[in-house]
Amino acid sequence: MSALDVSRWQFGITTVYHFLLVPLTIGLAPLVAAMQTAWVITGKDHWLRLTKFFGKLFLINFALGVATGIVQEFQFGMNWSEYSRFVGDVFGAPLALEGLIAFFMESTFLGLWIFGWTRLPKLVHLGAMWMVAIGVNASAYFIVAANSFMQHPVGARFNPETGRAELDSIVAVLTNNTLLAAFPHVVAGSFVTAGTFVAGIAGWWMVRKARSGDAAQLAEARTMWRPAAIAGSWVMLVSLVALFFTGDTQGKLMFEQQPMKMASAESLCHTKTDPDFSILTVGTHNNCDSVTHVLDVPGVLPYLAKGKFSDVTLPGVVDLQQEYNAKYGVGDYRPNLFVTYWSFRAMIGLAAGSGLLALAGLWLTRRGRVPDQRWFSWLSLLAIPTPFLANSAGWVFTEMGRQPWVVVPNPTGDPNLRLTVQEGVSNHSVTTVVISLVTFTLLYGALAIVWFYLMRRYVIHGPDRAAPPPTDTGPDGTGGPPGRASAEEPAVEQLSFAY
Amino acid sequence: MSLQEFWFVLIGVLFTGYFVLEGFDFGVGMLMPILGKGSDTRRRVVLNTIGPVWDGNEVWVITAGGAMFAAFPEWYASMFSGFYLALLVLLVALILRICAIEYRGKIDDPRWRARCDIGIGIGSWIPALAWGWVFANIVRGVPLNEKKQFAGSAWELLGPYALLGGLTTGLLFALHGAVFLGLKTGGEVRADAQRTARLLLAPTVLVVGAFGLWTQLAYGTGWTWIPLGLAVIGLAGAGIAVYADRDGWAFTGTALTVAAATALLFGSLFPNVLPSTIDAAFNLTIHNASSTPYTLKVMSWAALIVTPVVLIYQGWTYWIFRKRITVDQIPAPVGLPLGTAKD
Repeated sequence: MSALDVSRWQFGITTVYHFLLVPLTIGLAPLVAAMQTAWVITGKDHWLRLTKFFGKLFLINFALGVATGIVQEFQFGMNWSEYSRFVGDVFGAPLALEGLIAFFMESTFLGLWIFGWTRLPKLVHLGAMWMVAIGVNASAYFIVAANSFMQHPVGARFNPETGRAELDSIVAVLTNNTLLAAFPHVVAGSFVTAGTFVAGIAGWWMVRKARSGDAAQLAEARTMWRPAAIAGSWVMLVSLVALFFTGDTQGKLMFEQQPMKMASAESLCHTKTDPDFSILTVGTHNNCDSVTHVLDVPGVLPYLAKGKFSDVTLPGVVDLQQEYNAKYGVGDYRPNLFVTYWSFRAMIGLAAGSGLLALAGLWLTRRGRVPDQRWFSWLSLLAIPTPFLANSAGWVFTEMGRQPWVVVPNPTGDPNLRLTVQEGVSNHSVTTVVISLVTFTLLYGALAIVWFYLMRRYVIHGPDRAAPPPTDTGPDGTGGPPGRASAEEPAVEQLSFAY
Repeated sequence: MSLQEFWFVLIGVLFTGYFVLEGFDFGVGMLMPILGKGSDTRRRVVLNTIGPVWDGNEVWVITAGGAMFAAFPEWYASMFSGFYLALLVLLVALILRICAIEYRGKIDDPRWRARCDIGIGIGSWIPALAWGWVFANIVRGVPLNEKKQFAGSAWELLGPYALLGGLTTGLLFALHGAVFLGLKTGGEVRADAQRTARLLLAPTVLVVGAFGLWTQLAYGTGWTWIPLGLAVIGLAGAGIAVYADRDGWAFTGTALTVAAATALLFGSLFPNVLPSTIDAAFNLTIHNASSTPYTLKVMSWAALIVTPVVLIYQGWTYWIFRKRITVDQIPAPVGLPLGTAKD
């Protein structure tokens, strides 16, 4: 293996790992904030218990998300220094904005939220969680802006004197049509993830409590877990619809901007008018001649590409390869067809897991029912991992579909604004990069085990029994200022939260 | 001031913020095994002094990295690929520290906590030593070739000046942390923190003084005598305040020293950002490493608007959690027992 291959594996592994955790953070922060809002408005104890329960799971997840995110910030310079030199003028801006605007906000206000249960007035404390929710979503916007520039560079031009991309318009970069389609898609995917997580856990608990045969536990299933499961199901349904529409927009853009990616996604080897949408193929994918389309659906692909059912001609991989050879010099411009084909299908197919749970959950809880079917508790658990896998599949498709480019030439932009991964990698020895690849993989592997252990442990433990309702009022009952110090106060006032 | 100079200063400010704030976080982590000796509650007192703020403090370095990428991509690319293995070690340490701090209280078991404490220790000691070493090497220069790539053996990074730099931040952050703990705790932990600060004072003065003077004489310019002087004043003030039982002034003193030392390093570097030891013609400077004027202008607007807001809400957070923490304020552990027992 070359340093390029090892660097690609390392970036892939660390990023996929990071993005297993990130969507849950992005989606769960607003949901926890919403649960806390429900508690503040209704004053019902079970919303507080749910807030604390899911808040704890959120924190376990957040910590590892932060830990793996730090690596990403430095990895561009460490392993992709030539790429960083080429695009730094453009790419650095959204990254720095992400740090300034989003990271500071989410980390500072999360600290306030964790430790501020009795230090802050109730509404300010709720506001802190909403700031976290806004922060995590803002960070997604900026980092997807950076990524969208790699997929579809706009707002910049190539300067032949310095040999690098130079920013023309920050507004164009931050309103890239690729970004405007990808960001809502990422957020919708994250809400599906968090909705499935909440509904899955709540559904499992609901059945468990309902089957216990104990009146008090049945009451808990009815008053606490049922509304949580229903809320999670609605979040899933709405975001699945959003996912469908944003995915459709994104697909249409990709057919225009990155035809090679979409041709590979369909294993469409030769240019064809009104090709069918492929569901199953067999054969060695990276050899176009041996791919046999087994199951096809007509009409879908032309619609996906152009929004109409006929008279659509889509270029095939072989023809695009010839075209790119003529345009950008001799080279192999094909992504890995096997990975792009199957990751695209896995992404779409795995969404069924969440859809199934949402529909079943809403049906079984209709008109006050509390389900106690064992199969539903199994479905709840089995559905939880599916959106995580779908998110990964989607990103693997997006990123491996742009190979061999790290900056994909924009068909309607400056054709010199392009870079292959080969040109972007740092000049390191294979040994050096293998050391870091092995280190990160082992460390991340170990931490994944700890993460899963803690998550499972806390899910099975369930919410704490009767959480004492935190008070936002000072001893004088004024909702007093934080950190009030008065002589009459008892000397020992225990912290409401401590590590 | 040109935009390039402005961004050089701003990145210096971001690193100053990082070192002043994470400096005591690292110090707290470094001293946790010592000051927390004997009881878990004491260790929790120590850890909880940085509880609500350490994550926000750490963002300063992430933003500093992002700002380097945006304003001086050549600097970012050369530095981060040049210090590859060092950064790998640093990243591993930071990852361990984040997870150890967050996961420590999640399971109520002595072995679990002991392992997390090791993670916090490693994650505090390594960065505290490594950052000084990295910045000393940057000021001294690294073997950069004509392609702005690192072209030398890693041994060149282990010179005495760089090693002294590592020792400097190690000791300075430990003292900064001890003084911070003196300010933020009460009772027995506070008394021990003050005693530790007194113990650390003499070696810190010696090492920081030697490193500061070496930096000034070998790489400094006229005006960098000022930050060197401020660092000395800060340290002297901290020393007096530690003996006079004035925690706030002691902390102000060490914070001033950390900030002034950072200013001394950045001042000695200017106008280079990464000098080459092979040939001065290969030096990366604020002029040949920077982004275009347009990018710098856009980023300047963003920084000028957002940074004050960040300072306000981070300052407010410190105000909210300004009370001292004592042993009897620590609530009972709420972690689950180790094992897989159901409910």
